[in-house]
Amino acid sequence: MSDTQIRHIPDRLDNPLRSAIFSWQSLLLVVAITIFVANSFATPYFLNPWSLSDATFNFTEKALIALAMALVIISGEIDLSVAAIIAFCSTMMGFALQFGVGTPGLVAIGITTGLLCGAFNGALVSGLRLPSIVVTIGTMSFFRGLSFIVLGDQAFKGYPLSFAYFGQGYVWWVVSFEVVLFLIMAVIFYFVLHRTTFGRQIFVIGNNPVTAEFSGVRVRWVKFLLFCLTGVMSGLAAVLLTSRLGSTRPSIATGWELEVITMVVLGGVSILGGAGSIIGVVLAALIMGLVTFGLGLLNVPGIVMSIVIGSLLIAIIALPILAGRLRARMER
Amino acid sequence: MRKLLKNREFWLALALAMLILGVTLRAPGFGATSNLLDIFNNTSILVILALGQMVVILTRSIDLSMAANLALSGMIVALLNAAYPGIPVPILLAIAAISGAILGAVNGLLVWKLNIPSIVVTLGTLTIYRGTIFLIAGGQWVNADQLSPAFIATTRLQIFGIPLLSWFAILIVIVFFIMLTRTTIGRALYAIGVNPMASVYAGIDVGKTKFIAFTIAGTVSGLCGYLWVSRYVIGSVEVAKGYELSIIAACVIGGVSIAGGIGSVGSALLGALFLGVINSALPIINISPFWQMAISGAAIILAVIFNSRTSRQKGRIILKSARVGK
Amino acid sequence: MPSPKLTLTGISKSFPGVKALNEVDLELYAGEVTALIGENGAGKSTLVKSLTGIYQPEAGEIRIDGNPVSMQTPHRAFELGIAAIHQETVLFDELSVAENIYLGHTPRTSLGLIDWRKLRSEARKVLDEMGAAHISEDTQLNELGIANKHLVAVARAMSIDSHIVIMDEPTAALSHKEIEDLFTLIEHLKSEGKAILFISHKFDEIYRIADRYTVFRDGEMVGKGLIKDTDQKEIVQMMVGRSVDQIFPKNNIKIGAPILQIANLSHPTEFDDISFDLHQGEILGFYGLVGAGRSEIMQALFGITRASTGSVTLDGKRCQFRSPADAIKAGIVYVPEERGKQGIVADLPIYQNVGLPSLHKTSRSGVLQLAEEFALAREFTEHLDLRASSLSQPTGTLSGGNQQKVVVAKWLATQPRVIILDEPTKGVDIGSKAAVHAFMGDLVAQGLSVIMVSSEIPEILGMSDRIVVMREGLIIDTTANDGTLTAEQLVMTAAGISEAAA
Repeated sequence: MSDTQIRHIPDRLDNPLRSAIFSWQSLLLVVAITIFVANSFATPYFLNPWSLSDATFNFTEKALIALAMALVIISGEIDLSVAAIIAFCSTMMGFALQFGVGTPGLVAIGITTGLLCGAFNGALVSGLRLPSIVVTIGTMSFFRGLSFIVLGDQAFKGYPLSFAYFGQGYVWWVVSFEVVLFLIMAVIFYFVLHRTTFGRQIFVIGNNPVTAEFSGVRVRWVKFLLFCLTGVMSGLAAVLLTSRLGSTRPSIATGWELEVITMVVLGGVSILGGAGSIIGVVLAALIMGLVTFGLGLLNVPGIVMSIVIGSLLIAIIALPILAGRLRARMER
Repeated sequence: MRKLLKNREFWLALALAMLILGVTLRAPGFGATSNLLDIFNNTSILVILALGQMVVILTRSIDLSMAANLALSGMIVALLNAAYPGIPVPILLAIAAISGAILGAVNGLLVWKLNIPSIVVTLGTLTIYRGTIFLIAGGQWVNADQLSPAFIATTRLQIFGIPLLSWFAILIVIVFFIMLTRTTIGRALYAIGVNPMASVYAGIDVGKTKFIAFTIAGTVSGLCGYLWVSRYVIGSVEVAKGYELSIIAACVIGGVSIAGGIGSVGSALLGALFLGVINSALPIINISPFWQMAISGAAIILAVIFNSRTSRQKGRIILKSARVGK
Repeated sequence: MPSPKLTLTGISKSFPGVKALNEVDLELYAGEVTALIGENGAGKSTLVKSLTGIYQPEAGEIRIDGNPVSMQTPHRAFELGIAAIHQETVLFDELSVAENIYLGHTPRTSLGLIDWRKLRSEARKVLDEMGAAHISEDTQLNELGIANKHLVAVARAMSIDSHIVIMDEPTAALSHKEIEDLFTLIEHLKSEGKAILFISHKFDEIYRIADRYTVFRDGEMVGKGLIKDTDQKEIVQMMVGRSVDQIFPKNNIKIGAPILQIANLSHPTEFDDISFDLHQGEILGFYGLVGAGRSEIMQALFGITRASTGSVTLDGKRCQFRSPADAIKAGIVYVPEERGKQGIVADLPIYQNVGLPSLHKTSRSGVLQLAEEFALAREFTEHLDLRASSLSQPTGTLSGGNQQKVVVAKWLATQPRVIILDEPTKGVDIGSKAAVHAFMGDLVAQGLSVIMVSSEIPEILGMSDRIVVMREGLIIDTTANDGTLTAEQLVMTAAGISEAAA
């Protein structure tokens, strides 16, 4: 065979620009712009920079976790315990506060607690090879349960003034610390997922864990790291949220796990693993933030917005499927 | 005997008995029949919901919208009862069940016809159903004084010394037992969970069977919506919030495999009762109720670990000596 | 001439990009076995699925006893009396034997509930009738071995009141004795007047059991007739469309020093006391029946499973591989038998598949360098003459042979010292097989050492320098392949038939 003339195989056939235009991200971008434009027509207050800045607080903390959750879901796992981790991290910070721990110490405790919670999940999933969905339903009760044991129906209050910066401070003009942190993290996560060998391994594991293992990828180690990462991001979110609220109750961030997952799935990450992008997740976070904020300005209560978010989630997944079928029927 | 030792339900029943016995040693009244009946009554709704969830999990799916379905169906009948107190209770019960069935069928249709993963579908409908409650109730609550006495009495009426709520649970357990062991649809639920490919070859429509599973789960959710409003005498957006995960927890503790195909009426029943017993036991042995959540979390984790240990496969058996050893 | 029980005329079925069946014809006769013969991808499985209501053909007609029928669902196929034993065991592990036999057509009481008592007694009857008295109807299926599971699958087909029985490679996972039992059963079915379609790759079986044959090639029917009027060579020619003399390009490579030494490797249930050496430039063949434990040893060697005792020595150094990553680092790579499940990532492009184990080479401090990844993938795939439209094509869209080339390219790119090929030509068409063999010759010429696990005797005899024969987890024999070894000897050693008895 070495004698025959070598056949040249091109790197790629399709134009990358063309495939970008017809991608999920473009669809999300169009949706985001539509909502933005609709909102600005619907209410004059929308385009005010301060109110736009306020709007970001609705989603930056959840979006921070969504970045890590996207990686976990792409690897074929799921973490339902993120909101409970926030509660536990916040409780630990409040607990440390009682002993006079200062702002840097509080931040360190919040993030370390998140890391340990994530490592606990990771150890159960990777070490004992248990299904992550049930493990994290268990740890979800467990972590939040620990917060209830510590706090009961009480609350921790009296966080130092300097601590308030993370959730309430502005870096420049209307640009809040939370937004800046989120953007930096989004860039880092984009780089990790799409530009590093670690990111490539996440995709491979999500697509076919057996082949990954057979190709020398340390599947269980990678998954362990991803759960740790999600824990750290939840810890970080706990710092921001605690700082913003200025207090800790065990019921903090209730129900966030489902909102975070909604954000990730809306962002085009396959719940079955193996596909997804950070840009999509960022756009989905933006969409959810815009919808919530815009409807809020129109005095639509939060619970009703959930109808829109829920419908958006199903519609944005169902529409391409329906469109594909329609096209197939027309061609026939 | 060996078969019994391998049986998950047996071990769980044993654990449950030990738990009750242990608590009774500390607080003698705990093991009394009346108290146990009380616990059963308190757990009835969870038992019914766990059965519905199990049917869905058997088919390798999950229904996160059951609690929202319950709350919406409950709100519908609560509003109807408040507006038209004349509608008889059985009709309201039927309306709750039908409303639940329709909401469940919506999930099922999306899973069946569009092939969207059930976790995504029910995540979406969960928020939609909750939001709808707010819309139809205009953000209001339905209070005790708005509900008719007959409505409130439905769960409290005593028959043979046992409240009707418990009878509902017993009836549903029997119906599910017959359905899962004696009907073709029941066996189809197992079949598509064990091996979807083989089910196709055996002439079972996998998508349609999933649709039926979601409709069943929806129906019991709707029914529980009525029971919940009647028992706790309140209809609101917040009803059973977060309960979807307790339902799944009951299944997991009972040994229902999240991978599908494994589970029985006994598993769902015992899993729910286990949670119920823990909840009632804590205050009696002087543990703050705030421990409840952490303990049920720990119970879930232990149950998952235990179940995976019993079902783990240990390589292929090729050697003759190994075969003899077995 | 009797009229056929089942007639297919002009059946066509296509999938995106492939015409799987193109106007094929087939007849089955009552009381006769018709063998359906063809290479992988010839359309045999598609035909089976069209006959059992799983696929709907786009054109053509199916007649039973001369009456046109349509099979919209698998259930309809049941009702028409068509029973199939599929290639993969399509059974239910967690359910009982009785239920496995009757699922989909369970007996019911007058109330419409499942009649378990009747179900169990009927299942017992079916099992007894076909000589499977040793299987209890109450056993949970996953407690049975593969051969017994297969018998349950046959019982399932028997339980349907069928006139037509389809057997899609029924002997693939069976031992010699079990195959004999199956043939007895087929004779029994013939005597009951059932029309049987028998699909197999093995000519000896076809000549043993079939009365008629039909040959498919590339989705078309290319020949049919009575078995007694033809010979093996003619059928092979029809199958491949040309006369094939299998040539094995075994180069004369100088065998060097031993580089890999395995001593007393044991596993609690899979294999015991395994010892062999592999020399530089050698092709070491591992022969045995399916399930003899060959793949299991290779997977332990590659760090996927752990052996309990024994030692692995590479270049005189004791090694212990805790994971495939360790083995790859040491220069041992494994091309698995189950390509789709273990070899490729179907949805990812070719270049990412090829580059996967070499990511540390094509990246800088963990950052991907796409240009280098493409260059690496191009170098190794072009050398293997991969047929693909671009390196960004999803690997799952390639044909079986080309997927195999991607897997091999992936491993060659790591520049290994030892390459383990597990059934390297399984599911690869005859044309590409020769390419794989030629390529193995190239590998050893470059100084690599090859372990080849294969169940195909010509391949083992044609390519190996030495042959290890395994049976039931043990090494039975290790011999030099000096041209004196015959196929019959190999089979008898592997099956445990002593020469005296034969």
